[in-house]
Amino acid sequence: MRSYSNTYIFIFSSIMVIAVAAILSVAAMTLQPFQKKNVEINKKQNILTSINIESTATNAEELYEKYIKEGYAVNSKGELKEGVDAFSIDMKKELAKPLEERSLPIFVSSLDESTQYIIPVYGKGLWGPIWGYVSLESDLSTIYGANFAHKGETPGLGAEIDTKSFQIKFFGKQIFNENGKFVSVSVLKGGTADPNSKYEVDGISGGTITGNGVDAMLKDCLSSYESYFKNIKK
Amino acid sequence: MSAEKEPLFSSKNIKLLTEPMNDSNPITVQVLGICSALAVTVKIKPAFVLAIAVVIVMAVSNVVISLLRKTVPPRIRIIVQLVVIAAMVILVDQVLKAFLFDVSKQLSVFVGLIITNCIIMGRLEAFALSNKPWPAFLDGIGNASGYGVILIIVAFFRELLGSGTVWGFQVIPESVYNFGYENNGLMILPPMALIVVGAIIWIQRAKNKKLVESN
Repeated sequence: MRSYSNTYIFIFSSIMVIAVAAILSVAAMTLQPFQKKNVEINKKQNILTSINIESTATNAEELYEKYIKEGYAVNSKGELKEGVDAFSIDMKKELAKPLEERSLPIFVSSLDESTQYIIPVYGKGLWGPIWGYVSLESDLSTIYGANFAHKGETPGLGAEIDTKSFQIKFFGKQIFNENGKFVSVSVLKGGTADPNSKYEVDGISGGTITGNGVDAMLKDCLSSYESYFKNIKK
Repeated sequence: MSAEKEPLFSSKNIKLLTEPMNDSNPITVQVLGICSALAVTVKIKPAFVLAIAVVIVMAVSNVVISLLRKTVPPRIRIIVQLVVIAAMVILVDQVLKAFLFDVSKQLSVFVGLIITNCIIMGRLEAFALSNKPWPAFLDGIGNASGYGVILIIVAFFRELLGSGTVWGFQVIPESVYNFGYENNGLMILPPMALIVVGAIIWIQRAKNKKLVESN
C-alpha cells in the first residue's frame, strides 16, 4: 500500500468536499423550479381529491381553476383576514402560533350545484407529519370528502391513511352533533367503530398510532374553525 | 496488466453479474443489507422502486470509486466512499423529486436510507477500490440486482399473505375470505421479513451444498 503525506490527504479531501458541494448545489438549484412546481401541483391535486375529483399531474391546474372558486383566510373568531394568500399558507407554521394569531385558510369549491368548504388539516403521525384536506358540505357538518397524506408512516400500516379505502370511511360523517356541538370524527382502533355512528370511523389495524394522529389532527384543526362555521350558518 | 484487451462481456465479467444473484448473494449469503430488507418489503411496489434506486446508486458509485482508486489515500478511503455514496443518494433523491414526484413520495425516507445500506459500502471497499471501472460497474449492477431480487421475493410473499394483494391488486378472491380465510397480520410486521429471508436462505442452502458452513 502506498503511503500518502498529510498534505496530500488534506488537499485531496478539500478538493473532494468542494467538488461534491458544487455538484450538489448546482443540481439543487437547477432542479428546484421543477420540484417547486411539483409540490404546488401536488397541493392542488390533494385539494381536488378532497372533493373527490381525480386529477393527474398534467390536468391538475386546469381542474383546480375549474372547481375551486375562491380561497381566503379567517382568524379563530371567524372574521375574514385581508391580504393573506390562502394557497401559500403553511399549516405547520400556523399551528405553531397561538390560536388567536392563526390565519386559517378555507377553499370554496362548487360541485353538483352546491358549495363545499375545504379545510386543510395538519398533525403528527407515528414517524413524522401527516396532513390533508377535509371538505364539508354546505351544512358545514357533513364530510363531503377527505384526503390524507404523510411524510413517512409505516408502509402497509399507518401509510394506508393516504389510500382511498381509508379516506372513504369519512364520507358522510358529521363533525357537529344534533345539538350543534362540535364533536369531530373519532378514529378508533381498527374494527371497534360502531358502523351506525355518524361520528366515528375504524382506524387501521397495526396503524393505531397513526390513526390517533389523524384523530387528533381532525379535532385540532377543525375545532379552530368552529366560530367561523357558526358565523356562516347564522 | 496484460496488453491484450479483455472483451466487455468475457466469462469473468459475466460472472460478476450472475454470482451475486446466486452463490454470493448479498442478502442470503453475505447477510448484508438486512435492515432495509425488513423495512420496505411489506409491499412489492416500494421494494421494486428501492431496488432500482439501489442499482443506480451502486453502479455509479462503484464506477466513481474505481476511477479514483489510484488517488484515494487509504487512510481516508472510508470517508471518501461515504461522501460518494451520500452525494449519489442526494442526487437520486433530488431527481426523483423533480421528475418522478409520485414515486419519491412513496419511498419517502427510504431513498435517504440507501446511504446506510452496507452492501454498497461493502462492494466499494471490497471490489471497486481494486478493480477497473467496467468490472466495477458490472459488480455494482450484479450485487444491487441480487439484493433487489431478494427484496422483491420477500415483498411478494409478505404482500400476498399479509394483504392478499400483489402489486396493489387483490389476488385472493372475496369468496376465499367468505370461507373464513384471514390475512395474516403477522406478515406485515418486521419479524416475518426475517423469517421469510431465513426460509429463502434455507431453501438456497438445501439446493446448493457448497454454501453450507462446515462448523
